[in-house]
Amino acid sequence: MVFLNFFISGISLGSIYAIIALGYTMVYGIAKMLNFAHGDVIMVGAYVCFYAVARYELPPVLGVLIAMLLCTFLGIIVERLAYKPLRQAPSLAVLITAIGVSYFLQNAALLLWSSNPKVFPSIIGRGAYKLFDGALSVSHVTVLTIVTCLLIMIVLSLFINKTRLGKAMRACSEDKSAAQLMGINVNATISLTFAIGSGLAAVAGALLCSAYPTLMPTTGSLPGIKAFTAAVFGGIGSIPGAFLGGLMLGVIEIFAKAYISSQLSDAVVFAVLIIVLLVKPAGLLGKQVTEKV
Amino acid sequence: MRRLINLKRVEARRIYLTYFVVIAAYVICQTMSSTKMMSSSMRGMLVPICAYMVMAVSLNLVVGISGELSLGHAGFMSVGAFSGVATAILLQNLLPFAPVRLAIAMISGAVFAALAGFLIGIPVLRLKGDYLAIVTLAFGEIIKSILNNFYLGVDSAGLHFSMLSDTTRLLPGGQLIIRGPMGISRIMKIATFPAGFILVMIALAIVFNLVNSRFGRGFMAIRDDRIAAESIGLDVTKFKLTAFVMSAALAGAAGCLFSLNYSTIVANKFDFNTSILILVFVVLGGQGNMLGSIIAAAALTILPEKLREFSDYRMLLYAVILIMTMLITNNDNIKAFFQNILPGSKAKFQKEESDA
Amino acid sequence: MEKEKRSRTRLVPLPSRALVPDRDAARDPVLECINLGITLGGIKAVEDFNFTVGRTEIAGLIGPNGAGKTTVFNLLTKVYQPTTGTILLNGRDTHGMNTMQVNKAGIARTFQNIRLFKNLSVADNVKAAMNNDMRYNMLNAILRTPAYRREEIAAHRRALKLLSIFDMQDIADVRAGSLPYGAQRRLEIVRALATNPSLLLLDEPAAGMNPSETAELMDSIRKVHEMFQIAIVLIEHDMSLVMNICEGICVLNFGHIIAKGTPDDIQSNPAVIEAYLGRNREAK
Repeated sequence: MVFLNFFISGISLGSIYAIIALGYTMVYGIAKMLNFAHGDVIMVGAYVCFYAVARYELPPVLGVLIAMLLCTFLGIIVERLAYKPLRQAPSLAVLITAIGVSYFLQNAALLLWSSNPKVFPSIIGRGAYKLFDGALSVSHVTVLTIVTCLLIMIVLSLFINKTRLGKAMRACSEDKSAAQLMGINVNATISLTFAIGSGLAAVAGALLCSAYPTLMPTTGSLPGIKAFTAAVFGGIGSIPGAFLGGLMLGVIEIFAKAYISSQLSDAVVFAVLIIVLLVKPAGLLGKQVTEKV
Repeated sequence: MRRLINLKRVEARRIYLTYFVVIAAYVICQTMSSTKMMSSSMRGMLVPICAYMVMAVSLNLVVGISGELSLGHAGFMSVGAFSGVATAILLQNLLPFAPVRLAIAMISGAVFAALAGFLIGIPVLRLKGDYLAIVTLAFGEIIKSILNNFYLGVDSAGLHFSMLSDTTRLLPGGQLIIRGPMGISRIMKIATFPAGFILVMIALAIVFNLVNSRFGRGFMAIRDDRIAAESIGLDVTKFKLTAFVMSAALAGAAGCLFSLNYSTIVANKFDFNTSILILVFVVLGGQGNMLGSIIAAAALTILPEKLREFSDYRMLLYAVILIMTMLITNNDNIKAFFQNILPGSKAKFQKEESDA
Repeated sequence: MEKEKRSRTRLVPLPSRALVPDRDAARDPVLECINLGITLGGIKAVEDFNFTVGRTEIAGLIGPNGAGKTTVFNLLTKVYQPTTGTILLNGRDTHGMNTMQVNKAGIARTFQNIRLFKNLSVADNVKAAMNNDMRYNMLNAILRTPAYRREEIAAHRRALKLLSIFDMQDIADVRAGSLPYGAQRRLEIVRALATNPSLLLLDEPAAGMNPSETAELMDSIRKVHEMFQIAIVLIEHDMSLVMNICEGICVLNFGHIIAKGTPDDIQSNPAVIEAYLGRNREAK
């Protein structure tokens, strides 16, 4: 039963990682860039949600929606201002720019909202479902997180596979110039990808801070890096891979905390990542690209 | 006919210019520092700047010369820092003469970091591009986690170490050197600016001489075209590992120098952000351009200090400067402008390539 | 003085891996492919490839686009591992070797889409290929010891001498990526030669060259062949080059050998004309 408890909290944490990783992987798939600022969009989303719910006492659903809206805008603006001019630049230059954006967001948050940790209000209450005569207790937040993640995964898969815009996104990620020749607006598609990724980050921010209710300007960076790890774990660029990688990472982290050592849990997570990549160099569900000679 | 540039001459000139700039900067700083023309805060930054310069040069060997993206360079710095400082503390009574102790400590830091680089390099260098980047990031974090939970003590019976919690059970009179998350404290600050200068010169000499040898040709050949490099019989793994280990060793020495300038060090100082900071030096200075790395390291270490008058806004400004620099240096119009005013510059090279 | 030193520089440092006993030098095969085949993505890209190259032969590998010619080169150099068959190089099975080991065993190649070390100088491209002949270690390099200097000077001289085959010694310090197209192709050949191969594979050496450049290239290939006494296999679409230079020709179509023989045989072979030359003539 203890095992099951850990497993469920692992799935819950993994769901949050999965939502963040989806954003990473979509942006990577289409723009071929590691968007290190993604973790900080989570933080912005969480702050917006915090102010909407705690200060202005809006209903939580509305708070999350506002956060999503603002983060979507933030994602598009960042893409337009910082990444779009670098479309042809070497990938390292884009990476450094993304890091610059990350610093910018963190320090802007520091100025706007100060470094004092804020206690995030629960968006659905702190209650829990008791199962098996109370031996297994699953909090509402956990259930909500898992359900949200599943929902997002299903909607996103349908969107990518069934709609015209989704098809355009897949085309752009395969070959941008060919997509352009087929009449796809590549810039708009990339903006859309950033918009969706950032909107998801806002959801992840709200969920993350509901489960771990301390909010600081640096809140986003570690989950950001871990979600990035999860995306690579599952095969970066692959949407089911991000989902699977996120869930597995969450479970591994919780089990490592429970059974090995809480101080070394991060080390265990990263060690598992390394082992997976050594066995499958393109991640669990990634495509191995062979170089043409 | 298109003017063909004599690469050998351009490169030789750049090497001499680099040495010259470093020596000149040292002489100027040393004079200013001894005639009290330099503020004490600047004086305190001289050694860290030297350490960051060595870090940038060593990472440039991996990123610029070998073309592999590493996001965990601070990990090697911390291995070098902890092993080097521990060595310095152990030798405190044996070797009262500080410069010798410093040299041995740096060598020890370099050796341990090289060992770490070797162990990490064997598995990870089979990966490419972004996958290599994430794995080096992961190793950097693992090293940090381990050092954060590492305890090392010494007593009359010898060295004792433990993980997670202090179970070294030292005899009376023993000394706990590394205290897990508390790191090492009460360090004797024996790092000096001249020592830093010498280390920078050694790092430059090692990298330049390696680049101009069969090893450097191998690194760059593999960077430019791995398959062609294999087809002419180059052992890709061995070359990559060589560059990686050498880079780790230099980072270890730099980490040791850096730490011996402070009274306390903790593993969290050498985290992902530090790795990124060093990568920023390399990218801003230009991949493969050692002089650029050195200047970028110095400029970006001094910049946050100089921005202090903006107090709260300084890191925000730093971020803006970083983004703007990337946007400007990659803007085609501005590139073309520099190409016109700087004949024979790197920009010209790239233009020729696009012509060809 | 300088000239004298240069003339003493050997093109092939002795003892060379390319050196063979004199007996039957021409007949003894340097390369034998037996039932070589590979399946790529479910398609048999090359099947039942049986091919022998003599010690000092110049052989041609021709066929329409997509016939599997470059795939054969990739199999020989182990860029792909063959799914079936055996490759014997100097009588040695290359099974289990990788690209680097195959090169050490004596196969060097050029690439259809040029793969130079673009940011290195011309001389450094060639010297990079001499790495396996150099013995000095890292400490020698860092400290610039006499051993380092001696070997570097020797390598540089040899690089210049190799480059002089193609009249490229004067542009030795130019960045390889900034060279004109034809010079890049020639540099690839020089780089391959610098590894002392006993078998040189040229993948479309005349692609993109005009007729006068092609004629020049033909002379250079003959010169190389004479100087080094090595076997050369070339993939080429320029029939005048192939027919003029090759002693034996092998025609591939859809991964199968459809004809083998001397240039005269091939030119009159109906299967080849149908698959390849015929279509060409109609186009003209």
